[in-house]
Amino acid sequence: MRYVLDLGGLGQLLAALRQRGFRLIGPVVADGAICYGEITSAADLPAGWTDEQDGGTYRLKRRDDGALFGYNVGPQSPKKYLFPASATLWRSHPPGTADTDDEKPFAFIGVRSCELHAIAVQDRVFLGGQHPDPLYAARRDGAFIVAVNCGQAARTCFCVSMSAGPKADAGFDLALTELTGEGGHRFLAETGTPRGEEVIADTPGAQPASPRDATAADQIIERTAAQMGRAMPAVDLRDLLYGNLEHPRWDDVAARCLTCGNCTMACPTCFCFSVEDVTDLAGRAAERNRSWDSCFTLDHSYIHGGPVRTSARSRYRQWMTHKLATWTGQFGTSGCVGCGRCITWCPAGIDITEEVAAIAADT
Amino acid sequence: MWADTEPWRLAAARRESADTVTLGLEPPAPFVFDPGQFNMLYAAGIGEVPISISGDPGQRTRILHTIRDVGAVTHALCATPPGTEIGVRGPYGSHWPLHTAEGGDLIIVAGGIGLPPLRPAIYQALRHRDRYQRLVLLYGARTPRDLLFTGELARWRGRFDLTVEVTVDVGDRDWRGNVGVVPDLIGRVTFEPGTATAFMVGPEIMMRFTVRALLERGVPEDRVFLSMERNMQCAAALCGHCQLGPFLLCRDGPVLSYRQLARWISLREI
Repeated sequence: MRYVLDLGGLGQLLAALRQRGFRLIGPVVADGAICYGEITSAADLPAGWTDEQDGGTYRLKRRDDGALFGYNVGPQSPKKYLFPASATLWRSHPPGTADTDDEKPFAFIGVRSCELHAIAVQDRVFLGGQHPDPLYAARRDGAFIVAVNCGQAARTCFCVSMSAGPKADAGFDLALTELTGEGGHRFLAETGTPRGEEVIADTPGAQPASPRDATAADQIIERTAAQMGRAMPAVDLRDLLYGNLEHPRWDDVAARCLTCGNCTMACPTCFCFSVEDVTDLAGRAAERNRSWDSCFTLDHSYIHGGPVRTSARSRYRQWMTHKLATWTGQFGTSGCVGCGRCITWCPAGIDITEEVAAIAADT
Repeated sequence: MWADTEPWRLAAARRESADTVTLGLEPPAPFVFDPGQFNMLYAAGIGEVPISISGDPGQRTRILHTIRDVGAVTHALCATPPGTEIGVRGPYGSHWPLHTAEGGDLIIVAGGIGLPPLRPAIYQALRHRDRYQRLVLLYGARTPRDLLFTGELARWRGRFDLTVEVTVDVGDRDWRGNVGVVPDLIGRVTFEPGTATAFMVGPEIMMRFTVRALLERGVPEDRVFLSMERNMQCAAALCGHCQLGPFLLCRDGPVLSYRQLARWISLREI
């Protein structure tokens, strides 16, 4: 069912979610970028902000239509909350207690289609195996998702070629499309679950959408799809990369790659973490912590005798072949959703689609 | 998953060589595992490491782990006094496909600390000795002083239904046995390549040359099995460290067939 709500209606929607006990997480301007943070109302959203992105470049810009979701994906994703950068797995003192999170379930506001796909990928990694991760499960359980269909694409976006956007097709409770032109600033809302319907029912400002609004929203999504700045080459990535593990292009990219790991930190699907045991000085209290790790570090492949992947060439190859090829063997899905973060946030502007194209062109 | 297991008690520790110790751990309840599987052992406050089970799978109340002292955690484990409680999670990973080997010859090849993960398979094969044709154990260590389980090796050598060949990289003045690398032992023993199955654990370089020697003799790729090592931190297929190409070794391995591994282990830094 499709509804339309104005700015006031959006405020009512967020209030209805808070009323239901959700902790609202949405886009906020922080540190010169659109990040995810806790919000309390629509007033916290980045009204009138957008961004320009390209390889190794991100700049916030003003826009004159006051759009709340008029930006492209920023450096963070819901991963920041579902799989936090550091967490305590257990503490020995007091005995047997695990850390309890803030019990309130999350409501994520403004989640893009590529991010919905990324959540689905991490669901498979953390929950789909024989040993589901209890921390991820606790944070994921009951999370409410308000998706936003993208009204524009960045020069780094390539979700269309990864079949991951720009229209939210599954995995949301509500999906909004922001309309700012003729007819005023309003949102077309599509419900994805019975929970989404219930929340809309508690939003007095929500009216059934007219065919005209629905058409306008569809046109915006079509326009965004046509705007994709980049595309992943339409080849069988698994065959291509399995067949080119010794391609000279790996040396070429290794000469540019700083092995800083930014791509893995910004990636909404990268899941590697390291585990560290620590004690107090007296050795009486112990705890085990985990934190995001990156396959670009030497420690990542360390075994007795030294790291397995010492060269930048082998570490970039590990990251890219994992993301695009071996991930499928491990988890039954690609590890890439075409969000373009690894391109934007690479200080050297290395472009995963360009690296694939270079190998594909020389095979 | 992270903290829901009861600690085990270290019942006995036995020194195997200058740097290697076998811990006999008592689980809170009878513990069932398959040969080739491993446990995560936790030295309190220091860390957790994956250690293969080295004892008899028929023995369920004292579970052996043979550990080489090479880092902070293994050092602490090797120095643990009997009576201490140790954190244990497991068993994890794939196992030696002993059923695949039935009806033919079984060749077991170990290098260095690679013998302990194979010992449960040896016990199992000896328990069901009639299921196999020839049973061959090839084992190498750096020096005679690094050889593990020497008493047991001597007993096994005394059996008429088990061929045991041992070699060292460097002998000493009392050594009268083979000197040389493990792959060279393949050429010294008699077996029927068409029906043979091989299990091996050792340094990757040793395994590469051993595989080559076996394939040259005519052992099929899908009957050669290797136990691989990568960094391992969670053992639950979550942390991403134990990747080897498309395999997560804690889940898909550590035991994989050469047919599965061929594409990957011929590469450097994979």
